[in-house]
Amino acid sequence: MDAVAMHIANGIVNGPVSAAFAALAAAALTVCVARGRADLDDRLAPMAGLVAAFIFAVQMLNFQVLPGVSGHLLGGTLAAILVGPWVGALCVSTVLIIQCLLFADGGLTALGLNITNMAVVGTAAGYLLVAALLRLLPRKRYALTLTAFVASVVSVVVASQGFVFEYWLGGTTELSLSTIAGSMAGAHVLIGVGEGLITATTVATVAAVRPDLVYALRRLRAPARTAAAAASAQPATSELPAATSATAGAPEPTVDGAA
Amino acid sequence: MTRRLAWFIAGGLLVALLLAGVVSNFASSSPDGLDATARKGCTTDADGTITGGTCMARQEKDHQMKDSPLADYGIKGIDNPYLSTGLSGALGVVLTFGVGAGAFWLVRRRGRTASASASPTAPGSGEN
Repeated sequence: MDAVAMHIANGIVNGPVSAAFAALAAAALTVCVARGRADLDDRLAPMAGLVAAFIFAVQMLNFQVLPGVSGHLLGGTLAAILVGPWVGALCVSTVLIIQCLLFADGGLTALGLNITNMAVVGTAAGYLLVAALLRLLPRKRYALTLTAFVASVVSVVVASQGFVFEYWLGGTTELSLSTIAGSMAGAHVLIGVGEGLITATTVATVAAVRPDLVYALRRLRAPARTAAAAASAQPATSELPAATSATAGAPEPTVDGAA
Repeated sequence: MTRRLAWFIAGGLLVALLLAGVVSNFASSSPDGLDATARKGCTTDADGTITGGTCMARQEKDHQMKDSPLADYGIKGIDNPYLSTGLSGALGVVLTFGVGAGAFWLVRRRGRTASASASPTAPGSGEN
């Protein structure tokens, strides 16, 4: 049980840069709380807790990507699709904080670096791509699955380059940055494929069982039948500035009410 | 929270508990992409301890919480590695859900919520 280190450890990036990223991460999380509150209702709060717990579990499942190299889910894209970008970043941060404080994974000094890469950059990159792809792809069931896969791959590679950027600013050993960038990108393309498969499977499963619990479907594309239904219903959550023109059907009135 | 949502959450938690409590024992123990990059340029022995060379991991410092009872995804005092990893994973899932759901519940938007505003008689309610 000695090689169970999954995130940036203490001492890899110097103190001042680590502290700067801790401040940056704190600021980003503050924004996420402020913006995420608008999304967090009685239904999303327990769902977000589940997403965090699920990401914690799946992050333990390292899968082999190369001889002697493994990888694990980061979870930003998964969280963004299921609970939205703001709350999603908070879910991943919750996991990272618990891993750091209780499981000694990811240095305490490096917590800001890890939150910045995986929770903030990873979730943001994933969600931006999800938002773009869901608008471009046809309104078919496969679109969400494909979107989840592609966004995951890109999100993981972008997050890995976040580390390269941090190392460029405050790395504690003189090493070729292009070598690091190449090594990180190469491994994380493969890790991203694994992340993509896990994310696509999970999202497709939730979408099949409870499509109303998938944030990306509620906000980015109301299913055609709901959109038609919503046109006759009054928009229930009018305080949300419609993210797209067709989001009024967001809450899918039936599903919870039927329980 | 409706009963239907509670069942979904419970089902999801059960899956997470199985993944962290059982499947985690079959996870790869190779260093992950980041750790492997950090060790690039160094030689390591069979235990993964660095024996020479120049690499990022040379500067690695001990974790402040290395003496935590759950450090490195095990439970201090439990010698069976499967039990130790599995229990620590299951505990992690419960703790993460508790902390996450608790915090999200506290900061949630009160008042008229999406589910509260969606009465069964809402127009356009077709069964899914």
